[in-house]
Amino acid sequence: MTENRAPARELFISGDVACAEGAISAGCRFFAGYPITPATEIAERMSLRLPQVGGTYIQMEDELASMNAVLGAAWAGAKAMTATSGPGFSLMMENLGLGAMLETPCVLVNIQRAGPSTGLPTLVAQQDMMQARWGSHGDYEIIALSPSSPQEIFDFTITAFNLSERYRVPVLVMSDEVVGHMSEKVVIPEITPESLYQRRLPQVAPEEYLPYQPDADLVPPMAIAGQGYHFHATGLTHDEMGYPVMTAEAQDKLIRRLVDKIRLNSKQIIEYRETQIEDADIIVCAYGITTRIARFAVNMAREEGIRAGLLQLITIWPFAEDRIRELSSQVKAFIVPEINYGQIVLEVERCAGGKAETILVPHMGGGVPSPDTILNAIREATR
Amino acid sequence: MITTPNVENQTIEKFLRQDRLPHIFCPGCGVGPAMGSLLRGIDRSEIDPDKIAVVSGIGCSGRVAGYVKLDSFHTTHGRAIPFATGLKLGNPELNVVVFSGDGDLAAIGGNHLIHAARRNINMTVICVNNFNYGMTGGQVGPTSPFEARTSTTTYGNFETPFNLPYLVSASGATYVARWTTIHIRQLDKAISEALVKPGFSFIEVIAPCPVVYGRMNKKPEGKDELRYYQEKSVTRNGADPKDVDIELNGPIIVGKFVDIERPTLWERLQQVTEKAQARIKTKK
Repeated sequence: MTENRAPARELFISGDVACAEGAISAGCRFFAGYPITPATEIAERMSLRLPQVGGTYIQMEDELASMNAVLGAAWAGAKAMTATSGPGFSLMMENLGLGAMLETPCVLVNIQRAGPSTGLPTLVAQQDMMQARWGSHGDYEIIALSPSSPQEIFDFTITAFNLSERYRVPVLVMSDEVVGHMSEKVVIPEITPESLYQRRLPQVAPEEYLPYQPDADLVPPMAIAGQGYHFHATGLTHDEMGYPVMTAEAQDKLIRRLVDKIRLNSKQIIEYRETQIEDADIIVCAYGITTRIARFAVNMAREEGIRAGLLQLITIWPFAEDRIRELSSQVKAFIVPEINYGQIVLEVERCAGGKAETILVPHMGGGVPSPDTILNAIREATR
Repeated sequence: MITTPNVENQTIEKFLRQDRLPHIFCPGCGVGPAMGSLLRGIDRSEIDPDKIAVVSGIGCSGRVAGYVKLDSFHTTHGRAIPFATGLKLGNPELNVVVFSGDGDLAAIGGNHLIHAARRNINMTVICVNNFNYGMTGGQVGPTSPFEARTSTTTYGNFETPFNLPYLVSASGATYVARWTTIHIRQLDKAISEALVKPGFSFIEVIAPCPVVYGRMNKKPEGKDELRYYQEKSVTRNGADPKDVDIELNGPIIVGKFVDIERPTLWERLQQVTEKAQARIKTKK
């Protein structure tokens, strides 16, 4: 499709618009979506921008169609994306599983709002974090990232495309209504094609091509439709030829690889950001919008002489379990503020393994927690 | 005119994944003959096979994607059309064929069917209609005739079925035809026409399911259903689609019902791209 290069510039834009711009910078040239608050602005921006750069925007009849159109476009060779929120995210789950099974690179953005059901359509939550990991039936691994600002949603959307192309897996950008709707300065750097990862194509003739024979990193090179490979891709359990095989042995081989291609490469995938961790007794472990409030609380605690630190999870899935395990022997407690009634805290608790206390600071959604509630939890933990 | 199948094996073999045979279809099943027509239709259309992609959903007919030696996708239940929509828009040079069943396309995927017709996206949808959900053992479906027996309508179907040609033509399809699996010549020709026709083409293939549907409706042998088609089908090219309802043991009107011109989705999208890019130039 057309060029990716654009000069560096600064924009004052919302997180939703920044997400769309990140996608364009990453080389995304196909978007299929369905209107839903608070993600609609991503679709609107893509409908404006994609025709300018030679891409295609289409509004589908629902989120099931949107997710499938994205998968189809990815197999036609495009970098493809959709964006949604809670109810639409639920509707996309079955075909997120198809994406994982066919090993389809694509990006799915969730601007989270409060649920369950219709919940609070216009107000923030972080309640889909476990759905991101376990939402489709069956055993699989995906990658999920969580941005805390318009700049981060721009940057992480590019990362999401690179990871999806690298590992042939759907990548989720798990943002939220506050990040989506806040406007801040976003630096849009000059993107060179070399900085973007492109999926590995088959290096053999069509007769020798095995569509699901992995390279050493467990990721198979991917043929694109229309180039003479005459491959078959099925949501049924399949062998390296891509043919259905209805046995426990084929299932064992396939599922282990689908999961291990993420698990065994997790050191290359996982990112986090640490502030004042070195001497910390108490670590606030946060992600997304909650990170920014946690930063206030950590600084307030420091002013009171409490050795507090901040661990921002950038990659949510796969989970940064090695780092949390390490830190659990250093610290007294992890404080986990979340805009839900306890999701990621369960992972932190699992990794802490009883060596450090794990304290949830929940918010049921519709707003963000105040720094004071997190500060109080930090104070409690020191006692 | 009704003709008998004259299988041109070489044409079929060229496009079949021989290493996947034998197939899973039951004796007397109509999916195989419909697939044969697809392959002969492709051959007759002279389209570069490298540029054809076949997309199926779930069900007996959904297995066809796995037997054709072309780029082929076996997707989720009901979602072949939106997957195919992405494929086509991702690479408009592809000739995209959806091959699936009546339950997949008209029940769980019904919304996508009407919207694809409305958009007039350039693709060919081949719908094998065997009046029931064969793979799961013969449950009632969106095309089961009123009073038909199925495993979930022991007392007879109490719902009104879809008239698929009427549904898709009302939604905007530009090519609509219906044939049965004894109209092999006509079906081959219809598929070859639909493949090169710009816009949304829909071909309903009335197909026997003797092992499941036929057994419950007094046509337990493959030849019973074929004989019914032979006796009861009426060729009426150009028939108004609203008049082609199918009743239990009633006449089956077959033919090419719609063949019209309308701007395709891709033509419209190209106009959007031109407008967007012209606006950037004037700003500069």
